[in-house]
Amino acid sequence: MTKQQANWSPYDNNGGSCVAIAGADYCVIAADTRMSTGYNILTREYSKICKLADKCVMASSGFQADVKALQKQLAARHLIYQHQHNKQMSCPAMAQLLSNTLYYKRFFPYYSFNVLGGLDNEGKGCVFTYDAVGSYEKVGYSSQGSGSTLITPFLDNQLKSPSPLLLSVQDAVTPLVEAEAIDLVKTVFASASERDIYTGDKIEIVVVNATGIRREYMELRKD
Amino acid sequence: MSKAVVELPPKGGFNFDLCRRNEMLLKKGASPPSFRKTGTTIVGLIYQEGVILGADTRATAGSIVCDKNCEKIHYMAPNIYCCGAGTAADTEAVTDMVSSQLQLHRYHTSRESRVATALTLLKSHLFNYQGYVQAALVLGGVDVTGPHLHMIYPHGSTDALPFATMGSGSLAAMAVFESKYCEGLNKEEGINLVCEAICAGIFNDLGSGSNVDICVITKGHKEYLRNYRVPNTRAHFSSKEFTFPKKTEVLLTKIVPLREKIEVTEDGDAMEE
Repeated sequence: MTKQQANWSPYDNNGGSCVAIAGADYCVIAADTRMSTGYNILTREYSKICKLADKCVMASSGFQADVKALQKQLAARHLIYQHQHNKQMSCPAMAQLLSNTLYYKRFFPYYSFNVLGGLDNEGKGCVFTYDAVGSYEKVGYSSQGSGSTLITPFLDNQLKSPSPLLLSVQDAVTPLVEAEAIDLVKTVFASASERDIYTGDKIEIVVVNATGIRREYMELRKD
Repeated sequence: MSKAVVELPPKGGFNFDLCRRNEMLLKKGASPPSFRKTGTTIVGLIYQEGVILGADTRATAGSIVCDKNCEKIHYMAPNIYCCGAGTAADTEAVTDMVSSQLQLHRYHTSRESRVATALTLLKSHLFNYQGYVQAALVLGGVDVTGPHLHMIYPHGSTDALPFATMGSGSLAAMAVFESKYCEGLNKEEGINLVCEAICAGIFNDLGSGSNVDICVITKGHKEYLRNYRVPNTRAHFSSKEFTFPKKTEVLLTKIVPLREKIEVTEDGDAMEE
């Protein structure tokens, strides 16, 4: 008697890629703006990036309905924190909250692949990378989503030492200047959109630094 | 006494012996290898003087683009071309095979090939393989009997139409054709319409992309316009010159001899003959 397979899935994958790079005094978070399902495009102008706190921004790819629900949940918890502590949540605190929120739904997960970026309490850039159930790590740079398999090897080649065995684990911050990081992000998305059908249309780039948060856009291939 | 089963040599065609093993692997969670498909938009239309065929140029393996500029309009005969959608290997193999058969037929009959001949050869081959050869084709050409355009489905059925679209982008392209097609288009209008239909597929279907290829066939003449339109160029060129190490970087060298080195002296006993 073979096990009956489900004929309906509660999940869908809306595609897309996100990247974040941390620097000494800034953090760049970028995501493409295409939302798709199967072989169709639902919209070319969907923002996958959400500002969670003053100096904390999250980019998520995967199932956007779950991403929306997750963002709402985090915003509500952040509001409560602000009422109780009379201050904004720091990026490392938000990172832990996101991990806990994701693990809370360990047995019916948020189909959301997240990358959290921002400035920590000392003003240094930080990036946290997550899986769907809340396992996270502080890193210097990260990529998630359908284009991550194309993007990560290139970022490793440009930013990582040849072997972590020889050189000690870096300070989890890249040596790049803000302008270099933005150029790298644009290059990496241009390449990903050439070879990944789910990545394209436009990139939304969010830069968090001491002066605040600024947003810029770049056009990508629309095919 | 058990009966010995005589092992017959394989008769050719498809061998389904591994199907049971594949099913077992699927149940265990192993994912099957993906083949290169041309998730595609291909179109054809009949205009005043003949036939115009169009195709996009993207080939995908799953969700990755494996060829950004492949050729989907295949040569069948000097006056017949065929666009192919579906599994790339299947479309290439079947069009090459029928193209050779047509050439031999031309030598045999000393006549220009007819579209109906190509049609019959293709459909009987595909029907023979019961849909396992996944090739969906748009066949077009001009012969002594006039211009012809046919759609050929993987199971072997065919349609004869004034305009046709196939592939994952066929709905986007057909939407354009149904709105704007009329009989008796001239060459410029025909090419523009085909280009618009392919572009609709390129921009709205994720399985199609890159450039537009066009082939115009008229009585006694053909024009193969490779990359007629290139509407998608690279989004960003970095000013930084990326350098990559030419060799693999050596981190550590350690030589471990596998066996003691044995010295063989020259005047040992010769082996007995």
